Amino acid sequence: METVEQIRDRLLARFPAAKITLVTNPGAAAEHSLLFDAASARELALFLRDDSALALDYCSNATGVDWPDKEITDVVKTTVPDPAGGAPKIIEQKSTRMQPGCLEAVYHLYSMAKKNGPVVIRLRTVNRTDQVTLPSLTPVWRSCDFQEREIFDLYGIIFEGHPDLRRLLMWDEFKDHPMRKDYVEPDDYEWEPTAHGTVLERAKAHQPAAPAKEAKP
Amino acid sequence: MSISDLSFLPSAQGPSVRAVRDQFHGDLLEVSMGPQHPSTHGVFRMVATLDGELIVKLKPVFGYLHRNHEKIAENTTYLGSMPYTDRLDYLCSMSTNWAYALAVEKLAGQSVPDRAQYLRIIMAELTRLVNHACLVGFLFNDLGTSFTPLLYAFREREKIIDLFESLSGSRMMCNYQRFGGCRIDPTPEWLKAASTLVDNFPRFLDEYETMLTGNEIMLARTQGIGRLDPKHAINAGITGPVLRACGVDYDVRKVDGYGFYPRFNFRVPLGAHGDTYDRYMMRILEMRESVKILQQAFKELPEGPIMDPKAKIRGFRPKAGEAYGRLEGPKGELGFYLISDGSPNPYRYRVRPPSLINLTLLEEMCLGHTIADSVVILGSIDIVLGEVDR
Repeated sequence: METVEQIRDRLLARFPAAKITLVTNPGAAAEHSLLFDAASARELALFLRDDSALALDYCSNATGVDWPDKEITDVVKTTVPDPAGGAPKIIEQKSTRMQPGCLEAVYHLYSMAKKNGPVVIRLRTVNRTDQVTLPSLTPVWRSCDFQEREIFDLYGIIFEGHPDLRRLLMWDEFKDHPMRKDYVEPDDYEWEPTAHGTVLERAKAHQPAAPAKEAKP
Repeated sequence: MSISDLSFLPSAQGPSVRAVRDQFHGDLLEVSMGPQHPSTHGVFRMVATLDGELIVKLKPVFGYLHRNHEKIAENTTYLGSMPYTDRLDYLCSMSTNWAYALAVEKLAGQSVPDRAQYLRIIMAELTRLVNHACLVGFLFNDLGTSFTPLLYAFREREKIIDLFESLSGSRMMCNYQRFGGCRIDPTPEWLKAASTLVDNFPRFLDEYETMLTGNEIMLARTQGIGRLDPKHAINAGITGPVLRACGVDYDVRKVDGYGFYPRFNFRVPLGAHGDTYDRYMMRILEMRESVKILQQAFKELPEGPIMDPKAKIRGFRPKAGEAYGRLEGPKGELGFYLISDGSPNPYRYRVRPPSLINLTLLEEMCLGHTIADSVVILGSIDIVLGEVDR
């Protein structure tokens, strides 16, 4: 099978306008992946599926990853020569910057016709709050249908072009996205406003006022 | 090929309601089957729209057993979620364990000693026998033969599960695999008992097939029911026996050759029609092949350690990176996707559940069949809700 670099070069030759980045995997598995830009992801995916040399006809796994905003501390060292002629001083200047986070969709592609794989492709959203739309790859590989619904449910990525984008595992009224790293569990999942609270509140007016605490001498 | 050509997918065209409104055809009826229904194999629900008795639309509803397994695993250590993988597919904990161990070993670059590789294959194939025996039993239950075939299947399953219990201490939640090997070395007595059981297993299959495979009602209820064509099945990510029943030769044991499977001599049975009957026969034939693998494994099992001496149990921290490990589980391709950031917990832990993805084409398989057939079709796909909902 072609290496990831060869696939990238072939894709770039075919689609010069596409932006493709090679994401290296430093682990022992060394399965490097290709990061596609959202605008051209669908046609790149179609090419991967229909290309006769690759024939990646089977998308095994589609999943989300959350990369929260990260604070990065840069340390700049400057050497200041001592005017008195002594050893030069090294001054460390620390500055922090925010690396914006994103949500990521990862797809593992295999070829059933050629019996090879995997080719890993990634798509990233612009941020984690308001621009979380990615093109759906369900029209290319139907196996992404439930998996993209799950990513939408648990991570909150909105897949444009998905035929039936609804929550898969959580219930429809659920508000948050539980697999995000900054998700906070509610104290009581089953709490819902009932008339009971207001009734108790009104009943207080009829109860004798509690004796005021005497200030201790 | 342009994107607009992709509308061959049935779901891309929206639900195909083919109700005819005349004096003989009244309104459509929506039936909610499940989540508490004996035929949905757990807390699974399908919302079926019926035209008379025929299904015109069917939407599966998930999540009744959802406990966010992935989030729990991300908050514990790598080894800490090994016992929890048993609860995914609670009929096949041995192979689920192996899939997880496989992914972690790929992530950390660990090796596994020979004896452990053989033991893993023995356990995985015994699990396949358990799962497929259960499945054919439940399938006949769904067909209406109340309980007798199921009890015959459960008799055999119980024998294997007793072996698992004597080895690992638990019947179903075995928690047997470790990163870099296995937990317990079986005694020669255990191996002898297991080998005898495996040698006698084909007798059960012959008995079962004599009673049931040629049965007229069985043939009438399964042949031509719930057909799946290979092109759609591949595109929808269907794996395992359900895919091979359509005639697609794709078995991860052969394709990836993980473990010591390339050393083993076995065939991959293939179906021709992709209907419920072929899916049933796939299970029977795969059990026969599993018996062959097991007999070979018992014969060749080498002596030696069962854990890699370099494997680290405490303070296990794989270096940063990611890995996707997959194997041929009894239900289909079971995968684990892990991202490590160098800490003791996985940064991302993902299970690729074959049961969930095999349900993608449930609606297409059921359309035009009766509601009673949908029960059989669902039974032949073989799902476990612990894995579907995670």
